[in-house]
Amino acid sequence: MNESKHEPIIGLEIHMELKTNSKMFCGCRADWFGQEPNTLTCPVCLGLPGALPVPNKKAVEWCVMLGLALGCEIPLFSKFDRKNYFYPDLPKGYQISQYDQPLAVNGWLEIKSPTKTTGDEDTSDGGEATTSTPPRWRDRKRIRIRRVHMEEDTGKLLHAEVDGQKCTLIDFNRSGVPLVEIVTEPDIRSSEEARIFLKKLHQIIRYIGISDADMEKGSMRLEPNISVRELKSAQNTSEVTRLPAGRQGRGSSDGEGIKEDLPNYKVEVKNINSFNFAKKAIDYEISRHIKLLNNNEIPPQETRGWDEKKGITYSQRSKEEAHDYRYFPEPDIPPIRWTESQISQLKSQIPELPDQKVHRFMAEFSLSEYDATILADIQETAKYFENALSITPGVSLGLSRGSRITPKTIANWIINKRADITKTTPEELVKLISQKSQVVQMDEKELEAIIKKVLSANPKAVSDYKSGKEQSLMFLLGQVIRETKGKANAEQVKQKLVQLLKYPGV
Amino acid sequence: MLLDLTITQLSQGLKAKKFSSEDIVKECYSNIERLNPSINAFITIIDKDVALKEAHNRDKDRGSDSSVLHGLPYVMKDSYNTQGIRTTAASNVLADYVPPYSSTVYQKLVDAGAILIGKTNMDAWGHGASSENTDFGPVKNPWDQSRVAGGSSGGNAAALAARMTVFAIGEDTGGSIRNPSAWSSTTGLKVSYGRVSRYGCIAYVSSFDTMGPMAKTVEDCAHILEIIAGIDQYDATSSPQPVPHYKDHLRDKLTDLTLGLPKECFGEGLDTEIKASIMEAASLYKKIGINIKEISIPLLEYGVPVYYLIGTSETSSNLARYDGIRFGQGRGEFTKETMRRIMLGTYALSAGYYDAYYKKAQQGRTLFIKEYTRALSECDAILMPVEPMVATKFGELINNPIQNMLADIYTCQTPVGVPSLALPCGFTKENLPIGMQIIGNMFAETLLLRLGYAYQNNTDWHTKKPNIGEHGK
Repeated sequence: MNESKHEPIIGLEIHMELKTNSKMFCGCRADWFGQEPNTLTCPVCLGLPGALPVPNKKAVEWCVMLGLALGCEIPLFSKFDRKNYFYPDLPKGYQISQYDQPLAVNGWLEIKSPTKTTGDEDTSDGGEATTSTPPRWRDRKRIRIRRVHMEEDTGKLLHAEVDGQKCTLIDFNRSGVPLVEIVTEPDIRSSEEARIFLKKLHQIIRYIGISDADMEKGSMRLEPNISVRELKSAQNTSEVTRLPAGRQGRGSSDGEGIKEDLPNYKVEVKNINSFNFAKKAIDYEISRHIKLLNNNEIPPQETRGWDEKKGITYSQRSKEEAHDYRYFPEPDIPPIRWTESQISQLKSQIPELPDQKVHRFMAEFSLSEYDATILADIQETAKYFENALSITPGVSLGLSRGSRITPKTIANWIINKRADITKTTPEELVKLISQKSQVVQMDEKELEAIIKKVLSANPKAVSDYKSGKEQSLMFLLGQVIRETKGKANAEQVKQKLVQLLKYPGV
Repeated sequence: MLLDLTITQLSQGLKAKKFSSEDIVKECYSNIERLNPSINAFITIIDKDVALKEAHNRDKDRGSDSSVLHGLPYVMKDSYNTQGIRTTAASNVLADYVPPYSSTVYQKLVDAGAILIGKTNMDAWGHGASSENTDFGPVKNPWDQSRVAGGSSGGNAAALAARMTVFAIGEDTGGSIRNPSAWSSTTGLKVSYGRVSRYGCIAYVSSFDTMGPMAKTVEDCAHILEIIAGIDQYDATSSPQPVPHYKDHLRDKLTDLTLGLPKECFGEGLDTEIKASIMEAASLYKKIGINIKEISIPLLEYGVPVYYLIGTSETSSNLARYDGIRFGQGRGEFTKETMRRIMLGTYALSAGYYDAYYKKAQQGRTLFIKEYTRALSECDAILMPVEPMVATKFGELINNPIQNMLADIYTCQTPVGVPSLALPCGFTKENLPIGMQIIGNMFAETLLLRLGYAYQNNTDWHTKKPNIGEHGK
């Protein structure tokens, strides 16, 4: 089988618009989506003669915060550069970007690996037992982040027909909107890993609150780099994943003393706007490369586009046609020099991130990893959960004294959508839960009577249970709940039922 | 005539109602109408009636607290964006371009109540030292109309020399204020990088460009600078250094000061008459109590390559926006000289050549900065010629690209960012103007203006004007 002989090598470039009030280098509003064309423009973002860029402080800070959230180092010196190329949506003839000294470098993001390979276990550094760093799960894998940098978005071309003539119109509303670019090392080994990585990155971005990261509005755009490596033996599979995370300098995937054999070509697929398309495009490329490799051909290095209707990629630009961007330091913007205290100040503004939250929920509230992950998935849900907990008597102290509402109960209500949390306040939810649980509490005697009645009516199920058939318990439970007309709490019923099955005489 | 008066005298006269803004503006237009057809200092002349109406309004709204520039007519290099008024940078590429916004300097002058009467001719995009590289015809030197007026702010200097304006706003990237000042016997100040906002002035070399005053006297320059200088929220490279009251310091005593004369500036290649004039200026300074000292700037000759490698690199990028899509004309409208600079710069930035050219030039720039810092630690200011030769004949520079670059030998210390004041210091036997420059540390404009003021108090070169027929009254 081909798959056993080939291993995909995937890196990702992600562009993401920040949701600052104003654009990157001027005072124009940045929320361009859906606005009338060319209404959010000024001399600066139109690139008029003589106009000068002044960087947006908030955008630069947010970019650094994202870098910190991704475990990056923040060099104390950074600068902007000009990336020179012609395109009608680029009014200055160059894009202000960052070249060799980006705001953040050498980070990592840990993902839950979809397939357990032998190598993945080695990604754990072992006994990390500090309180700030959560312990590493054994099925986790670190994807290294090469760099996070700041740049500006371009305008948008609209191919239209005006007065019966085909033409291209330019809308500069998007020109100069702050854009962050995140580049990973080629550590991803499957399209599913890529999808999981992207979802996790998306979640972190939403947590920090720096971007809507709305794929449909194009505020997050994906560019996978794909190549396929032929394996000599199956043991080689995860050589790259064993690299220590975040130890490499920019532009080099070769760790010191660690041999890494990357293919000598790569294919970049441009501007994909959904996680699923990214997955599909990667899969399409992988099988295309394998076919070529099996024919003893090396896939040409090139940039390809994604045709979402046909579900295929197509060649856009070969290596020979690649631009020489003639990067040089942007003379209109002085370099950025940070102090350590500025960086730590920005670090302190990063909210608790999803992984930290999951760990805390598990440790503090004895939730399962599954429950904690669902609650932490969306920041608002997690916040709602904690709000509800804080007003539940006893629970906030970690004691269930005097209350039968446990964190698990609240979590279940939210997870199983027993109440619509968009319409119910945490106070209302807690009241609802306690009403429900009080039904059982008050009618304990009645519940006991019902259970006894059900038990005597189902002697076979009782004896099945006693002979070890666990399913019988569920059958009996169902019967009791039906008799209580759904008023009883299933957990309570179950406890009482087990008790009465064990000690029927009580 | 009124246009021979200084800004101080004009301002006082206006406030005392000895004459009106209308009188001054009328005098300007009379000289423009008579002389500009041959001198060609202007690309755009503001409609006379518009200017007169503005003067009329200024005469009415003048108060005792009005700015010293209130009601005074002036001209601007055509690289400054002036909202609603055509701005071409002397290139056909922008031949019909009417900007929808104003440069910071222009806005400050509008706020001060000064009256713009024209946009002046220049080397296109600042590319030149003779005002021949223009799509609007070359500027003729009022002192000798077979010669160039210097550049790139040549229109300004010619307009001042021919008394078509009270003052002018220029822009200096590698000598563009000082060179025409020297060749037309006017005074011009190249300010420290960041002293005056660059916002809205069409960029030549973003990291060298400086916006500065050109006028008849040092005192005039002090008045203008005080109004146009200062930090600007629209220019991230503008300096937060507070703006001194330059004119209040002009008469400060010059004690314990040393002027350095770099020996490299007085060797081969320097016109002997120019050398003699600078030496004469040095002895005058000595006479008024200033120490004169020979210093050395061994790297001087590297100024031209450093300047032209970084300069062309940046200009190749700065001119990329004129792509033929939005400003009417295509890139084929660039002049040969401009195309040459775009190609040189593109080459210097290209993969495989970047390290050898652009990067090397930036390293050279760092050495150059150190060199000037050291030189300026041995003296308070440096005195040297502006140009090795007097104003050239038409065609001499534009047809010889290398010579054109070498003409900048004394003025291409702009990669250092330091300020420099150019002022008239004599004439050749052929009655061609000679200029000198005084260079100081970053933000030492006050000292330069004091030194220049003292010189003009003891000489009358700056009062001389070309003999182009008696005019006015």
